[in-house]
Amino acid sequence: MRVELRGITKRFPGVVANADVDLEVDGGQVLALLGENGAGKSTLMNVLFGLYEPDGGEILLDGSPVRFASPAASIAAGIGMVHQHFMLVPVFSVLENVMLGVETTTRLGGLDRRAARARLVELSAAYNLQVDPDADVEDLSVGAQQRVEILKALYRQADCLILDEPTAVLTPPEIDDLFRIITTLTESGRSVIFISHKLGEVRRIADRITVLRRGEVVGTTTPAESSEADLAALMVGREVQLVVDKSPARPGQPVLRVEGLRVLDERGVAVVDGVSFEVAAGEIVAVAGVQGNGQTELVEALAGLRAVDAGTVHLDGEDVTGLQPRRLLERGMAHVPEDRQRDGVVGAFPVRDNLVLNTFRRRPFARGLRIDRRAIRDNASRLMADFDIRAASPEVAAATLSGGNQQKVIVAREFGHADRLLIAAQPTRGLDVGSIQYIHRRIVDKRDEGAAVLLVSTELDEVLALADRVIVVFRGHIVGTVPRADATRDHLGLLMAGATA
Amino acid sequence: MSAALARAGRVALVPALAIFSALAVGGLIIVVSDSTALRDWSSFVANPGRALSTSWDVVSGAYGALFRTSLGGRRAISETLLEATPLVLTGLSVTFAFRAGLFNIGGDGQFLAGALTSVYVGFSLDIPAALHLPLALAAGVAAGALWGGIAGVLKARTGAHEVITTIMLNFVALRLVDYALSTDVFRRTGRSDPISKQVLETARLPRFSDDLRVHAGLVLALVTAYGVWWLLFRSTTGFRVRAVGASPSAARYAGMAVGGTWVLSMLVAGGLAGLAGATTVLGVRFSLTGGFSNLGFDAIALALLGRSHPAGVVAAALLFGVLRAGATGMAAEASTPVDIIVVIQALVIVFVAAPSLIRSVYRIGAGRGTGPVAFSSSWGS
Repeated sequence: MRVELRGITKRFPGVVANADVDLEVDGGQVLALLGENGAGKSTLMNVLFGLYEPDGGEILLDGSPVRFASPAASIAAGIGMVHQHFMLVPVFSVLENVMLGVETTTRLGGLDRRAARARLVELSAAYNLQVDPDADVEDLSVGAQQRVEILKALYRQADCLILDEPTAVLTPPEIDDLFRIITTLTESGRSVIFISHKLGEVRRIADRITVLRRGEVVGTTTPAESSEADLAALMVGREVQLVVDKSPARPGQPVLRVEGLRVLDERGVAVVDGVSFEVAAGEIVAVAGVQGNGQTELVEALAGLRAVDAGTVHLDGEDVTGLQPRRLLERGMAHVPEDRQRDGVVGAFPVRDNLVLNTFRRRPFARGLRIDRRAIRDNASRLMADFDIRAASPEVAAATLSGGNQQKVIVAREFGHADRLLIAAQPTRGLDVGSIQYIHRRIVDKRDEGAAVLLVSTELDEVLALADRVIVVFRGHIVGTVPRADATRDHLGLLMAGATA
Repeated sequence: MSAALARAGRVALVPALAIFSALAVGGLIIVVSDSTALRDWSSFVANPGRALSTSWDVVSGAYGALFRTSLGGRRAISETLLEATPLVLTGLSVTFAFRAGLFNIGGDGQFLAGALTSVYVGFSLDIPAALHLPLALAAGVAAGALWGGIAGVLKARTGAHEVITTIMLNFVALRLVDYALSTDVFRRTGRSDPISKQVLETARLPRFSDDLRVHAGLVLALVTAYGVWWLLFRSTTGFRVRAVGASPSAARYAGMAVGGTWVLSMLVAGGLAGLAGATTVLGVRFSLTGGFSNLGFDAIALALLGRSHPAGVVAAALLFGVLRAGATGMAAEASTPVDIIVVIQALVIVFVAAPSLIRSVYRIGAGRGTGPVAFSSSWGS
């Protein structure tokens, strides 16, 4: 199906999310919609999916104009959308999720599972979307849940599929699977709109690429015509360097010393076992590894958020094992948490309060019991300027900010008191190139100011860009410590897969 | 200042329309429950004028009596303020806990714990008024805080849901009061029914005038409302309470003690409900009898109507005071059943809880600052 958007404009109070956007995709084609976080990609797709009504412009399907009052209308017209956050009922089976809302019934009014199952199995086979129809969705991997979402759309006879940041949650092999699925879909004549901010992926999968910046189309191109650097420049409006400029580290005294650390997960299994390492002042140590090899638990234990089962943690020579987060904070430790929406900000609080979330008790923000609102406001204005936090005002709720701006709020807050040790867990996950560069720069600055930095990242590019030393973890153990000079992508990749150094 | 007023106006718009709608629907129910009006409606086609005029007479008679007995004259206003006094305090109790993300359904139990302790101090000590009254009030606050604090500790230590524990603690308090009133320590000499000894003069809250029942507890309640506002929105404690309420995980990552905040919030909430119990026995009743006051349950409605803000709670408590004080007059003068007041109270809540209903009926846009206070979002979580 050929989908065309002409002159779509969508305004929200105070912002123009989409300004006069044109976009088209033919049947059998993949169109990539590329843009930074907050560029208006999701809004545009929500317009196409019938969630928002545009303030101007029109939508054409196979040349004829349509109006969608609701997602139901859009689905009926053959549009399918796979949201970034899956819309599945966790306790329902795959089959039930797929049927939900379009149940076929038998003559007696019961669910016709047999017919539904037959179609589901047929679709799975035709598009190579392997998934067990009777498995409960909550037991499936993220990749499999995504396949269920795609099946749901196909079951509703979608002719055009919108995939919103589909690779954000996938492992590399799952991404390869997804791309194979997309190819099968286009071979059957369907059109696919692939929303992403990952340049490499976009060039790999797309037939055409439309770049959005601040709600406007700034260019439409093809992978053959544009390099990653070209796309990045279009996206952020300036030439970007994907490498961080930094001088060699000058490590000083050890700040963080971890010895024989063992940490248990909720089931009582040791997910960090016998881990020992040091981080010195003025160096960045990166913990690399495939997600789920104990990094989350390691960071939580270091930050005082999870019990230490065995071993010790020393900060500046003092035993801080098992200390409360607040005590660690007082000793100059800062923590950028992995799950920023859940753990990093209080969504309902205004930006200004989020910027003092862990320092509100101190002067100048409080005098005794009394909060100094002026000091908090001044602090917010200063940090919002310093860290380029884009929000309408310090009063808006943090939940209304884009992911990149939320992360900047956290970084601005945490870097303010990261005097001795900064622990940054996945600091740039899901962010756009501009924000990534900015945060990388700030991390290096923090190192150069003499702080010890522990970076935990599953992105090799990030590890290679920032680290002075790389620790590779696998199944809760350190399988190798590599100086930056010896760290190559291949070498680290082998270690991450479990090969011993 | 005018911006602040405009904002307050926007915030109050939906509750005001909800009250209006509730009175309108209540009027319909009054008509339907009146036999004369019903008879005239059955002959509506023959004589439409009479049906309408009878209905008007019935409704205006009932509401006239309602407002005359609650707002017409100083004695009426005194009764309204008297009814509102404990409601302000229990409403604040629910509000404070809610800001910490907790549902305090235990207002009645905390009220009883406070009332029982205050009454005891009130009748058993023979000390000067300057000491006696503050001591009796403080004892009520402490007992209420203890009763609320139990639920807080259970939640923080074991994860027991506060909705369950506070409801159960209500019944424990109820039976505890029954038991206390059956012992010689509490039971009034020479009485066989469960009624406590009288609070001594030295422990009674002073009245504004000899012929009016409204007492200094009102001032106490209003000062407390200001204090709760300050604590919630101007102090580090309130910052912590609201952060824990809005996102326990982010609060924990920011180094706040989530469990400790829960305990603290339930202590404060319990103390507020306990103060309501104390002012009731030290200001109006001067003794304690068994049974729930239902003030704790009404308080949930008040907090909802007042959008979990102390100023809103005070306004809502005054409204409920009007309805409660007017109910008796309405029944006496217009022979409208008292139950209609309960129906109107319930309708106010329904309309407030469904702001989109009000918005669509009156065709007002979804203004900023009047966004839903998701009062019912975390039930059962």
